[in-house]
Amino acid sequence: MASSIYFCDSKGKSLLSRDYKGDIPTSAIEKFPFLLVEAEEDQANATPIIQFNGINYLYIQHDNLYLLALTKSNNNVAQIFLFLHKIINVLTDYFKELEEESIRDNFVIIYELLDEMMDFGYPQITEIKMLKEYITQKSYQLERRSKKNQALGPPSAITNAVSWRSEGIMYTKNEAFLDVVESVNMLINPQGKVLRSEILGKIKVKSHLSGMPDLRLGLNDKIINAENNKGVEMEDVKFHQCVRLSKFENEKIITFIPPDGEFELMSYRLATSLKPLIFVDCKIEKHDKSRVVINTRIKAQIKKKSTANNVEILIPIPEDADTPKFKYSHGSVKWLPEKSLVVWKLKQFQGGKEYSMYAELGLPSVTIEDPQFQLKRPIQAKFQIPYFTTSGIQVRYLKINEPKLQYQSYPWVRYITQSGDDYTIRLK
Amino acid sequence: MSSKVAVWEKKIKKLFQAPRKGETGELRAGLVSQYANERKDTIKQVIAAMTVGKDVSSLFPDVLKNISTHDLKQKKLVYLYLMNYAKTNPELCILAVNTFVTDTEDPNPLVRALAIRTMGCIRVDKMVDYMEIPLNRTLKDENPYVRKTAAICVAKLFELNREVCIENGYLETLKKLVEDSNPMVVANAINALAEIHEFDPSLELLTITPDLLKRFLLALNECTEWGRITILTALANYETNDHHESSHIIERVLPQLQHSNPSAVLSSIKVILLNIENLKGTDEYDNILKKLSAPLVSLVSTPPEVQYVTLRNIRIIIEKYPNILTNYFKVFFVRYNDPLYLKLEKLEIIVRLAVDNNANLILNELKEYGYEFDVDFVKRSVKAIGQIATKLPKKSEKAIEILINLLNERELYDQVTVALRDILRSYPDKSSLIIPSILQHHEHLIDSEAISSFIWILGEFEVFAYDTNLVNFVENFKDLEANAQSSLINTIVKIIVKRNDLRYLFDKIFNEIDDIDSIEIRDEVYLYQRILSLDNSKEINKIILTKLNKISNTIPKFQPEALEYLIKELSTLSSVLFTTRISKDSKINQITKIKDIKINVHNEENLLDFDGEDDSGDTPAVGSVNLLDELNDLFTNTSFNTNSVQSNSIATSNNINDLDFGFENSSNNNNSTDNDSSVNRINNNANGGINKDLLDLF
Repeated sequence: MASSIYFCDSKGKSLLSRDYKGDIPTSAIEKFPFLLVEAEEDQANATPIIQFNGINYLYIQHDNLYLLALTKSNNNVAQIFLFLHKIINVLTDYFKELEEESIRDNFVIIYELLDEMMDFGYPQITEIKMLKEYITQKSYQLERRSKKNQALGPPSAITNAVSWRSEGIMYTKNEAFLDVVESVNMLINPQGKVLRSEILGKIKVKSHLSGMPDLRLGLNDKIINAENNKGVEMEDVKFHQCVRLSKFENEKIITFIPPDGEFELMSYRLATSLKPLIFVDCKIEKHDKSRVVINTRIKAQIKKKSTANNVEILIPIPEDADTPKFKYSHGSVKWLPEKSLVVWKLKQFQGGKEYSMYAELGLPSVTIEDPQFQLKRPIQAKFQIPYFTTSGIQVRYLKINEPKLQYQSYPWVRYITQSGDDYTIRLK
Repeated sequence: MSSKVAVWEKKIKKLFQAPRKGETGELRAGLVSQYANERKDTIKQVIAAMTVGKDVSSLFPDVLKNISTHDLKQKKLVYLYLMNYAKTNPELCILAVNTFVTDTEDPNPLVRALAIRTMGCIRVDKMVDYMEIPLNRTLKDENPYVRKTAAICVAKLFELNREVCIENGYLETLKKLVEDSNPMVVANAINALAEIHEFDPSLELLTITPDLLKRFLLALNECTEWGRITILTALANYETNDHHESSHIIERVLPQLQHSNPSAVLSSIKVILLNIENLKGTDEYDNILKKLSAPLVSLVSTPPEVQYVTLRNIRIIIEKYPNILTNYFKVFFVRYNDPLYLKLEKLEIIVRLAVDNNANLILNELKEYGYEFDVDFVKRSVKAIGQIATKLPKKSEKAIEILINLLNERELYDQVTVALRDILRSYPDKSSLIIPSILQHHEHLIDSEAISSFIWILGEFEVFAYDTNLVNFVENFKDLEANAQSSLINTIVKIIVKRNDLRYLFDKIFNEIDDIDSIEIRDEVYLYQRILSLDNSKEINKIILTKLNKISNTIPKFQPEALEYLIKELSTLSSVLFTTRISKDSKINQITKIKDIKINVHNEENLLDFDGEDDSGDTPAVGSVNLLDELNDLFTNTSFNTNSVQSNSIATSNNINDLDFGFENSSNNNNSTDNDSSVNRINNNANGGINKDLLDLF
């Protein structure tokens, strides 16, 4: 497994490290900046695994940081990469932002966490909520006589079968909030034809429930039941580790004891052919050496009752374009020269409505670049549509049962559809 | 607010000051201060200095004085310091033993676990003697948190001192812990056993009995995500031929495909694939395979690094189970913001998934890529279009059309010419579609492979006015690169034999042979000179005019044994790099083997030496070398061009781990097997072609 873990700055210089196995000399990390430079020069081979001198450098990037694991043997690399991402999740949760500064400020607690999360290269306890119970910013004294010292020990939960929830949680008002969030990714060609579309759905839960509640979630069965050809077919479902997987496999029932607070209960993916929710028709005419003219028409192809919020249409323009002129009836249009984009924003966009925008930008009379070799960027669209799921998924019920406390509880459900990170329209 | 920031800044500055004179002294004073707070702050400063890479090992005795404390944070820091600098002061480490031993009896399980965890990390021989009692105690601790830590400690101890570990029966205790009531202890016991197994396979610690198998399958549902991966990995090593057992394992592992941890999913897929062959021929077989598609596809929506691992693994899986993802080909269309390495990897998958009924969509998508910005990506896309054309005869015309448009519009002369050459080898009857466009743009060719492709096309299809073109090339013979030169000589000889024409061009080259830099090319010229001077024209025709075989697929494939091996290695480093074993211990072994290759190559050279006319023995002769049996476990036997073997052995001796395959197909008509590859574990379909190519020379 991983021999050591390193946090490095943007140049690849080590900021903090933890050596788990002692089989790789510290000089190995000194090579990392050079290896990064080489990777930079040879983009096609710049994979997240670099081999050098018999040592494997597995690295991920987080803003300006590199997080890497060094190993010599034939390891489960998928696991190592996920563990590195997990470290980032945990530390971000602890420090709000994980950056050079926060690593320097919190080195003591990072060492503690690294010690707890991995032993001899094997991932151990990575559940944020559990870690937070016994690794805190505060320093505490080990009082030998005090009975309180139970609380300072490892939460008994971490080694239990229910390793994600402690006992004795109390709320005066027992509530559970469910958020069904669907992200739609779509690739649309210049003719308006959808080349690829998928829905990435998530059900997030915020649990404010006392004791050890056992929950049962009911969804409309056309979703869960893949054999049913009516309706949408859920292609793949992934569950938080609290969900009893064999129960789901055999009976298609989702039952679980939730962690306290917020967590992602499940995610699902649907690859159905969809109609564009926000239709974008954009014509960009480029008159070389004088100007570029953009004509955009957008239409909200959703129910009249629904409204898309925070709609943003990001239109790429040539890097050297300047002096923008805009004409539009709704929303606001901005030119972002540093990103070479024109952004059209609409706070609200009601279903069935159609708006248009006209933009004209000047181009310098002298260009160095051959226009044919310019980066071809697509148009991106961003939006949120509340009270609506594209797949038609619905929560039928959420039964909450706490055998000892028998309290009354209130489940709340919200639905929202939003653009995924790849809702793009190709340009000619 | 600002004052707070200022205080912090001051504090940080204090912590990260550059070393200055007397700093160590100050720290030393702080460590022995009479005030607990000051001591604690100083320890923090010492750790901060350690973090930024300063050597603070000289403070060892003073830090050690602070080891017995009731402040858990301070204890952790002192332990951390000990772990880092134990090696520099092995003698003094013994002073800490007492505290360690006492700590393993602390009422607080956190302290007990911390002590035993740290003891194992102090890799000092003397420590071993003192570990016996605490380790025994903690292995039997009532608290599972302590037991799971002690389990790992056995593996640590084993690497320090094998004998002590065996004598004290720790290995037996570990085996018992595998049956512990607590899933986390089970997982760590398996981890420790696996670690020891890797270190010394002869102990056969990981033999899974049917009883153990049952326990594993039960624990699977209760473990943390990492524990599940551990168990799944152990299950993957369990081999059974029993149909029912396999079916049972698969049934229990299938629910894990729904786990949110992608690595757990990938490990589950691996276990299922390793057992599914026992179910071949049953209804279950197809059903189970179908169930794998969706989870595999979901793995493509993970963070880029995990995606990369997945894509490389998918390439292995679809080679064994080609239909598993055919319907999901769209998932592998690139996203504009994918990093380049993912885009290239997705192309590899797309060409492999192409079949007649999805090829139109795929070709349209690839065409789109042909107009992208990034040169490497565009080049690979062009190659992909060519690969699909050779793979799917019905779609070849569409592919040719796209390629010719790219040639005209996107000015991708080199790549398209090379791709079209491959297509011509598969479909010689399509020459009238292709050759006019190539002729139109041939002056723009720069890349030597493209130039040699063009020369080959000239001779093979006796293109209009081929002679003027060839004359031009001969006149600039010296400017050509070796593989283009070789191609040119080939082509001229071919025309001499076929048409009894252009002899003067060959003579011209022969007369200026001393100007040729490459020894190989000189050899080649001599060789042909001698062949052409043979009396027997029938023999000459046979040698020179042998047609190359048609190629039907230019997508590289793994050799069957390699494929079996890689399926077993899914999700490991080997499966991502497509290499042979990556193991620190077998390194010496491998180097000896490389030495053997060199010797073999050398022998072959001598055998192939034509006569005394060759300058010296170190001239690499043109020919193929069959690797001998002793190499079989390292490299599967394949024939190489001598040149590539030589460069390979140089590369391999630098770093054995770099043995990645990548025997990109070479369907060139000359011996330009200048693959960017090294030793290949891929069975190249065009391999026969290469041998033929070589034959072509003789």
